[in-house]
Amino acid sequence: MNKFCKLLTMVLLLVASQAAHAALNVFSCEPVWAALAWELGGDKLNVYSATTALQDAHRIEARPSLIAKARSADLVICTGAELEIGWLPLLLTQSGNGKIQPGTPGFLEASSFVLKLEVPRLLDRAQGDIHSAGNPHVHLDPHNIAKVAAVITDRLSQLDPANAATYQSRGKEFQDRWAQAMQRWEQEGAPLKGLPVITHHKNMTYLIRWLGMREVGNLEPKPGLPPTAGHLAELFSNMQRDPAKVILRTPFQDARPSELLASRAKIPAIVLPYTVGGSDKAKDLFGLFDDTIQRLLQAAK
Amino acid sequence: MFKFHAAIVAAVLALGLPQLSHAASDAELQAIREEIKQLKQSYETRIEALEKRLQEAEAKAGQAETSAAKAETAAAAASSRPATESTFNPAVSLVLQGTYNNFSKDPDTFRIGGFIPAGGEGLGKRGFSLGESELNLSANIDPYFRGSFTAALTPENEVEVEEAFFQTLGLLNGLTLKGGRFFSGVGYLNEIHQHAWDFVDAPLAYQAFLGTGARGNYSDDGLQLKWIAPTDLFIELGAEAGRGKNFPGSDRNKNGIGSAALFAHVGGDIGTNYFYRTGVSYLWTSPRDRQFNDLDSAGNAVVNSFSGDSRLWIADFILKWAPNGNATVTNFKLQSEYLRRIETGTLDFDMNGAGMLGMPVAGGYSSNQSGWYLQGVYQFAPRWRVGLRHDQLQAGTVNIAQVLNGTLTPQDFPTLLGHTPRRNTLMFDYSPSEFSRIRLQFARDESRPDGVKDDQLLLQYIYSLGAHRAHKF
Repeated sequence: MNKFCKLLTMVLLLVASQAAHAALNVFSCEPVWAALAWELGGDKLNVYSATTALQDAHRIEARPSLIAKARSADLVICTGAELEIGWLPLLLTQSGNGKIQPGTPGFLEASSFVLKLEVPRLLDRAQGDIHSAGNPHVHLDPHNIAKVAAVITDRLSQLDPANAATYQSRGKEFQDRWAQAMQRWEQEGAPLKGLPVITHHKNMTYLIRWLGMREVGNLEPKPGLPPTAGHLAELFSNMQRDPAKVILRTPFQDARPSELLASRAKIPAIVLPYTVGGSDKAKDLFGLFDDTIQRLLQAAK
Repeated sequence: MFKFHAAIVAAVLALGLPQLSHAASDAELQAIREEIKQLKQSYETRIEALEKRLQEAEAKAGQAETSAAKAETAAAAASSRPATESTFNPAVSLVLQGTYNNFSKDPDTFRIGGFIPAGGEGLGKRGFSLGESELNLSANIDPYFRGSFTAALTPENEVEVEEAFFQTLGLLNGLTLKGGRFFSGVGYLNEIHQHAWDFVDAPLAYQAFLGTGARGNYSDDGLQLKWIAPTDLFIELGAEAGRGKNFPGSDRNKNGIGSAALFAHVGGDIGTNYFYRTGVSYLWTSPRDRQFNDLDSAGNAVVNSFSGDSRLWIADFILKWAPNGNATVTNFKLQSEYLRRIETGTLDFDMNGAGMLGMPVAGGYSSNQSGWYLQGVYQFAPRWRVGLRHDQLQAGTVNIAQVLNGTLTPQDFPTLLGHTPRRNTLMFDYSPSEFSRIRLQFARDESRPDGVKDDQLLLQYIYSLGAHRAHKF
């Protein structure tokens, strides 16, 4: 009888502890939002990122492992603005999960909470694979990350009211640290003002605007089309009048076009981490911008 | 307070050092007066400066307020849209395609030797030919349902409803219910639309067992329930019930279910570079009077009919590779399916009495036939892919009672004579963007009866416009 009571107590405690520790499942489309969710929720969350820093979010397929993860998710955090249009809608309809459909609290489209640049006036695929709501690569301006962090904090508190106090305090603490870090980056990045750059794809727009740099061209002839020899030659001749100082690309982009133009124009071609995990130093959000600014300063010398 | 202090100071001075205080008090008083004057001046300048700063700050705050208000109106203007009837437009997309075909043998006489013909769409026409234009409209209906409609407009000016279904959105626990007309979830390739295939035509096994014809899919009118397990490993179980009107079934005038299907799929990631899905499926249909044309041993055109049960098993497998999971520059996929169909029932020979016996002859029928295909497609540059496919079918065992008891000969069923249809296909495709593709395909087709070989050259274009289509795995 005594043993039975002990066993029953242990079982009840185990069950109670499981219920109390039911972490919120967060499915993030890109590593940057996974890193942000982790900063804001810590071990109260099970965070999963659908893509890695080495993958182009435009080209992902709704593969089985993603469907399985979406099925169990409580909150989906994606960039939106048609960045994931090729696979996220299919994931959501195939997941059999009514909690994460657009319009529910479990669906968070980060880019809808920030001001988007380059909203196209003409919606025509002759202009390339353009996004109708504007440039979706919003995470490279840390002010946008602060805005999205505030939304995520409120959403986590809404979905998991039991831990709302933790989320609010972590959120405030993150905003303070982030504000200090932004000041520091803006000071460190002051020498980069006016730096003319060429990017592979139009996915660094927000970084360029934040640091006051100048985008003088893209390796892609139109957004979404692979770089061609003809277009690289055109860029090279344009550089006689309007020179660029550095060519920027991400870890998931083909190195060859950057290196071809770099060797012809005698300017450096560098890789920016672009998102969390994109380099050894970019282990978290702070490291991402630290490393980005360091690499840019190094190349601008 | 000041007065009190002043009083104390005065008293001390008066009572303290009278001799010094007289001479000192004047100088001290003067010094104190100077100090106070200086303090007053410095405080005044400081207060003035503070007031100035406060004024500037207020002005800036006022400016900030106006620009914030402006920004708000701008944002509101940008986000507002005129409310018209077309505000909730569904996603509309259209696929345009066409081919140039070069067949060494007449495509109209195409049959797969050893298998009851399905009567589906043929190989196509020699020369230039428009393909099927596919129009899709889809949208969320309300928080609970999503709808999708796909019409195929054939070059012969017919409109076919390829898919028209609703799908639940709000169910929980991994369940999705789909209803209407849809491509069955059996196998792997069947749920993929023809314009998204890696080859111009369907595998021989699909044509023989699912009656898809060269360019179609097996679809049914009915319901499908899918369940995804709450595990990190992708486990999907599905069940379908439907009318069963398409080959291998037939359209019947009966209550209840004409076809049923079950399938189970498992999938996931292996490391960061490999992604797979594999599964088994089962399809049961129950055709009555499923007719096909043949020739009897004297060369007369006869119409035969099968009635009975048809059971199909499919095992499917697909493996995709991309360096670090990034398929943009290079990627590879390996895909294979194995099908086995067992049919039992009765086969009526010569329904119309046009054969040499002049009358129909009925008898029992059973068949156990199988087939498979294996294909690999490699993208070696951002826009270029090459693919190789091998198709093979085994006619297996076909027991026709009329032949076994000697009433008729095997030559009275020339289409069903034992044969091992084979085909090898090589393709190259070039995709200027995600929405356009041009394909060149060569095939050596040995699936016709009597070992007749057909050399095929197909040039195809596939263009899609409108809403962005989904990247199905």
